Formats: sequence, structure tokens, C-alpha cells
Amino acid sequence: MAQFNLNINGKSQQVDVDPNTPLLWVLRDHLDLVGTKFGCGIAQCGACTIHLDGNAVRSCQLPISAAEGAQVTTIEGLSENGDHPVQKAWLEHDVPQCGYCQAGQIMSAAALLAQNPSPSDTDIDNAMNGNICRCGTYLRIKAAIKTASQNL
Amino acid sequence: MTTVNTKMNRRSFLKASALAGGGMMLSFAWLAGCKPTEEEMMGLPKEWFELNSYIKIGENGAVTLYSPNPEFGSNVKTSMPMILAEELDTDWKHVFVEQADFYPERFDRQFTGGSQGIRQGWTPLRTAGATARAMLVSAAAQSWNVPASEITTNAGQIEHKASGNKAHYGEMASLAATLEVPEEVTLKEIKNFNIIGTSKKNVDGQKIITGKPLFAIDHKVEGMKYAALVMPPAFGMQLKSFDKSSVMGMSGIIDAFPISLFKEDYARNFFDTTTFPEVVAIVGNSTWEVMQAKKNLTAEWEKAPETTFPMAGRGGGTSTAVVPAGLENTNRHKARMAEYIQKPGNVVRRDGDPEGMFNKAAKVLERTYTAPFLAHNTMEPMNCFANVKGDKAIIYGPTQAPEFISGTIAQALGIPKENIQINLARMGGGFGRRAYSHHMTEAALISQKIQAPVKMVYTREDDMSAGVYRPTYSATYRAALDENNNLLAFHVKAGGIPETPLHANRFPAGAIDHYLAEAWDIPSNITIGAFRAPRSNFIAGAEQSFLDELAEEMGKDPIEFRLELLKRAETNPVGERNDYEPKRYAGVLELVRDKSNWTSQQSNVSRGVSAYFCHNSYVAEVVDTVIKDNQPVVESVYAAVDCGIVVNPDAARNMGEGAIVDGIGNAFFGELTFENGAPTKRNFDKYRMIRHKEAPKKIEVHFVENNEDPTGLGEPLFPPVFAALANSLYKATGKRYYEQPFAPQLEMENLKM
Repeated sequence: MAQFNLNINGKSQQVDVDPNTPLLWVLRDHLDLVGTKFGCGIAQCGACTIHLDGNAVRSCQLPISAAEGAQVTTIEGLSENGDHPVQKAWLEHDVPQCGYCQAGQIMSAAALLAQNPSPSDTDIDNAMNGNICRCGTYLRIKAAIKTASQNL
Repeated sequence: MTTVNTKMNRRSFLKASALAGGGMMLSFAWLAGCKPTEEEMMGLPKEWFELNSYIKIGENGAVTLYSPNPEFGSNVKTSMPMILAEELDTDWKHVFVEQADFYPERFDRQFTGGSQGIRQGWTPLRTAGATARAMLVSAAAQSWNVPASEITTNAGQIEHKASGNKAHYGEMASLAATLEVPEEVTLKEIKNFNIIGTSKKNVDGQKIITGKPLFAIDHKVEGMKYAALVMPPAFGMQLKSFDKSSVMGMSGIIDAFPISLFKEDYARNFFDTTTFPEVVAIVGNSTWEVMQAKKNLTAEWEKAPETTFPMAGRGGGTSTAVVPAGLENTNRHKARMAEYIQKPGNVVRRDGDPEGMFNKAAKVLERTYTAPFLAHNTMEPMNCFANVKGDKAIIYGPTQAPEFISGTIAQALGIPKENIQINLARMGGGFGRRAYSHHMTEAALISQKIQAPVKMVYTREDDMSAGVYRPTYSATYRAALDENNNLLAFHVKAGGIPETPLHANRFPAGAIDHYLAEAWDIPSNITIGAFRAPRSNFIAGAEQSFLDELAEEMGKDPIEFRLELLKRAETNPVGERNDYEPKRYAGVLELVRDKSNWTSQQSNVSRGVSAYFCHNSYVAEVVDTVIKDNQPVVESVYAAVDCGIVVNPDAARNMGEGAIVDGIGNAFFGELTFENGAPTKRNFDKYRMIRHKEAPKKIEVHFVENNEDPTGLGEPLFPPVFAALANSLYKATGKRYYEQPFAPQLEMENLKM
């Protein structure tokens, strides 16, 4: 066990956990930020995507020790009122079916648009390919990203 | 005018002052759409008045509608309340939706599966809505001393034009709640619908996009412990012993013990399918710690002998189920299936003289199709929260079928069923997998042992390797043709491990004079169960691929060929047990022909068509592929669907798009294989799922407009995709695809996958 000082959604947080604990489980079990989802545990599905200093990162493979000193943003902190352009576009296109993967999809999409405000179809495919949607909402995700890109 | 007798659904009108579970979170129908203006905002009332199991109305006119069925992504949590709201004649903006807990005394059929939610909920929900409306009208009639028949309602307002009286529902709710439930109520005319048939946003949309806790895996209560399971490494293996000390010293670990899901004399039900009836549970202070301990647990496993157990029959009585011994292999499965393909099967249907016609055929076309086991791979792994104290239990988990697990939990815990409260979590996918809810029994047993609340979570590896899979199947089709290429007879022989996929009375049965259907099956100890359109999801692909090849052999357009067969089935059907309506079947083929511009095909696009009927709905699909940079790309998919009245069109299209993506993914990549009883794929690094890049570039879902009562939608768009894709790939590559998944064969054509 060790103390870690984290900056999550602009707030400093202290946790006392094993240094190997992935950020995912610190968020979910210790900080009650359960919007970040467990899907595979091996960075293959993207359900656990968060932003680490603005980059989309799979939190299931990020040891807590590596998150110290970085700005962590989770789905809960993406916007004050759920009104980030990506979130608004997700509602406009009524993207979710089961909804489980969508926080990860939104975090990947928001990171993409922050770096590339007008992505091409190929850019979107490349940036989003690590996020599985078992319900198959890929077309709506792409359409929502394009809508969001126009409302940044 | 339709009147319905409310006695049919009497239990819907039971009232209980305290609702089970105390209500999870309300979902605001209007929040999911555009932000309402200040005036549009309907705040929470001071008091609710319950009109029946589904509906309560506040004094300010706000309406809470309970969505009875579990939600796994098919959007019933929005569409079922829409049906209530329609007949209640309220304004959707006044509606709050709440997920009902499992409460069989109050709700009919709280089951999500078989594409039956809307179909079977249609009349009960309309009746409940219309009854509440009638009671509000009666209350107004009493208050104003005017005849109820002169009172009209509109969007939550009640009016008696002659006297000039007006009120909103909230003003009449307290009186209405005390009135007798009318014996008979009148339902709306379909032409007067103003909620059904208009697209409403997902009522949980806002919560999903902001990461609110919605799923059982997100649940947490004070003092809750975490648990993981260690399961036998392969089908055909069982626990011999384990060393508790191998994990007890580890950080955060509290206990480790075996749990057994079934008492010996318990007669299991159809949905009690459980991969391993005895597993080791590890309990600790956090998910990560119990997952670490899982890796460290020392256990001895042994080969399981053949086992038998009692199965409860549907109409009472019990039979004996047998689970064979042995460690199974995919190679051996294939070899055994090849043997069965050569042997006669059990004849399930014979029309005319098929054998005689095959004997005198000038030409016989014979093809065999196969598909592997598939894992469901819901994005949310199996998990459950349970809190068992003394003889009381609260279970909160992802289940499609609470009714079928409640008795199982009761026998496992040894406490009465009525002391077990099952609350329904939103599910991170289902696809049939969560019709089998042994994860709830597992969590309950762990909580009972430690007498504390617990959340049990499967790892992805547990979820994938201890599944309730789609079986592996095979189907052999034969067609007898005369010297002029006329179709004389048709023969299908289909089987699988451990069940046959055959539906002997479906098309093209009924369209061909001489028809033979045979079935076979091979027992196995690998657990199988429902997977989005069970059996249909394979046999549709086989049948519709064969019809495509047959049409080509006969020199006919594949749509025209099917329409000819359907015309025959409509005008002069063979046999009496044909379980489809040829006219509606033809209708979707005609619609897809029109919407895809089938007759004016572009030369650079390779198209395939397919059509299928299952879950009471008709679907035809056209898939367009192109080979781009040496890679097959699905450009467009056109679907035509006849599922009767569509309650929520945009959400219905969403689900249709998803089913098509799912089908293309499984057709290209889906495959689970076994070595010595163990699945060879345990996570998404090996089990290939369709991703963004492989999704079709465009999908159009078109609905046949009619006033038929709604039928299935979650499943019917899935089965036809396999053949539409295969037939399109044939056009693109010149090769037929008989074996799923297609990707390895396409790679052999030097294509990139």
C-alpha cells in the first residue's frame, strides 16, 4: 500500500492503494467514479478510456503510480453539465443502445476532436478503432463525431 | 373501436402503497431531448397517486410510468412507457420513467428476450394506459356532474366542452385513484396515435453520456465487499480441492470458499443453464485485490464424470438431464458433424415424394454450410450485487429473466422466494446471455456466507470462457432439378452440437411440392443457450445462401426466384403447417428491391440479397461490398422490415443498424473453438469483434407501413445479414462462402481482413 496524490477532474484526491492498482479500479472502487467502465482489463475494448493530460488512455492498463502528477479527466469531468459538444451530439443522434461502452467512446471522440477538430472518416476510424461497441452503434458514433466537430 | 376487458390483466391493477425497492432513479423523458424551457419543466409533485401498477400521477400533472421489462439495450425502457403514455393520452414532456423492480404480483412477463417485449406488452400496456385515462375521466365526470361520455382528453388535459370545465390530470388524480377499475375500456384508434410512431430519445440518454451509475457493476453500498470466482479450466472438469492459504495472506483478501449452485434434489428449469455448478469464491476489499488473488489460488481440478440431474418439465413433472463426460475438441466436433451429415437424420417434415423426385432428377445441387460456437461477449461482464442477511435477500443484477432465477436463488439460499427481492439493473448488453442468470445465484451464495453485501464480478476471461454459447451448427441443402432447370424437390438436413437449428415449417416449406426436412444433434457438455435469434441466426444464412446459388443455377434473379416461390406458397400452399405469411414475406423483398435500386445496379458494387422470417417479423436485406485496396469493404446495407406498427422509429432503426453490424461482425470473424474442453479464446486480443473500421459505411432501415400489431425487432434483422453478405462476397470474389467465419477464407483469396 502507498499514498498517491491524484488530480481527477480538477480536484486533488488522495488514495492509499497498492502501487500496481490500475487507475480504472481506483476510480471505480475507491473514488466512486463508476462512469469509467471495466470491459476487458487488457486495453483491447476501450470501455475504460479516460484522458491523461488530454490524451485518450486505457485506464485498465495504467498503474496508479503512473497517474500521479498528471491531469486525469473522466466522463464525469468532461463537462460541468453534460454539455460537451460530443455529449450533445450523442444525444442528438440518440447513439446508445445498452450504453455500457459509450463513456469510453465519448472520451476517445473528445480526445480526437481536441487534437483534430475536423477529422476525416479515416481519422475517425483510426482514432475510434480501439473502442468496441457490442451493440453496433458505430455509424451513429461516426455521425455524432461529425456533428460535434461542427459545434466545437 | 377496440374495447378490451381489463380482467385479462387483473394483476396490473393491484396497488401497493410501498413499491418494492423504493425506486431506483427516475429517468426524465424530456431531459433526453432538447432542454425544455422553464414553462415546459414539470417539477416533482408533492404527492403521487397510483392509478395502477404502471402509472402514478402527481397533483401537478407529472406522470411516472413504470417500465416493466429489464433493459439490455433494445430500448424497451423508452418504448414501453410510450405505449402507456399514448393510451393515457398524456404529454410525453410530463413523463418520468422508472424501471420497475421484479414484482410478479404487479407486472406481467418481466422478461426481455425472444423479441417479445413490445409484441406481448402491446395489449397489457395499452389497456393499463387506457384504464388510467378512463378513471381520470370518471373522476372529472363526478366532480363536474356531467356524463363521462361527453368528456375529452388531450395531452394530459381533461375537458367538458359544453360546461366549459377544464382540468389537468393532476387535479383529478387523487379522486381517480380511489375509483373502481372499469370492467371495460376503449383503446385509441391507431390513426389517432400521437406518441407511438414518433421518435422519442432514450430516457436514460443523459445518464449514459454523463457516466451516471446505471449498471449493477456500478452499484455500491456501505460495507460492501468484492468477490471474484475461480472456475474449472475447461468444460468437463470439476473442482477437486483448493488451498485457501494460497490467497489468505494476500492484500485485502478476507475469505475463500467453494459455492454450489444447486441442491441435489432441485429440479432445474430451462434457464438454469450453468457452466460450472461448483466454483471457488474469493472475497476481499476491492475488485483489483480479488482479481489478483484469483491468479494465485492453488486448486486441483479433476475430470468430471457423466452427471445427471432432475429437470422440471414445463407442464409439471420432471425428467433427467444428462451432461456427458469428456474434454471436447473443435477438430473432433468437426469430424463428428461430418459423420452425421452423411447419415440419415430424423425426418421432421415430408411433403410429396422427395426421394422419388431426387432419383429422377437431371441434376442435383448439394451444399453444406457450417458455423462455429459463438460467445455473446456482452460489454458488461457477468456480475451481480447481493445482500443476504438471515432469511432475507436483496439481489440487484443484470438479468433478462428474473422470474426464472428467483426459484433457483430460493433453493440455493434455502430461504422463501417471497423473501428475495430482485431489482433490475440496466444491462450492458444481453443478446440472450443474461437469460441465464446463475451469476445472481453465485453472488447471493457469497453474500449469504459472509452475511454482508457483496458485488461479484467476472473477469472478461471468466465471461468468455464460462459462457452459455451459440452452438456450432451444420446444414446440408439439396435441390433436384429437371433437364429444363425446373425445381422438382428440396431437401434440408441440419444439426448441431448439441441441438439442431432446423425450423422445418419455415420457408421454403410450403412453396415446393416435394420437400424433406431432417434433423440431428450430438450431445456435448459445453453449455449453450439463446444468442440473438437462436437457431435462426445460423439456418437463415445457410438457407438463403443456398437459394442464391440455386437461383443462379436456374438462371433466375435471386429476388424474382424467391418471389415466385412465395407466390406459390400464397396461392397454393403445400401442407398446412407453414408458419409464415407469404404475402408479408414478399412485401419486404419488394420493398428492399425498391429501396436498394436492385434493378439498376452499379457495376463497381457487388450485391447480395437475403430474406428471413423469425420472431414474428419479416426482413429482407441487400448488402453491397466493394474490394478496396485489396480489402472487402461493406459499402451499404439496405434493410426492409415488416414488424407491424413501429413504436419508436429512430430507436427501432438504431437497433436494426446494430443487428446488421453484429451480423457482419460474426459472419466475418465470430468463432469460439475448444481444445481439451477449454475455449482457446479468452479475451478480445484473440476473439475478434467487429470494430469501427469494419462497420458498413451506410445502413438504411426501412419499415413496411401497416397497422398490424407490433412483432419482434431485436432479433429479426440479425439472421438475414449472414447470407446477404456471403452472396455479395460471392459476386465480389467469385467464390461461395460455406463456412463461417468468412475472414480466414477471404485471406486465402489474398484479401486483407
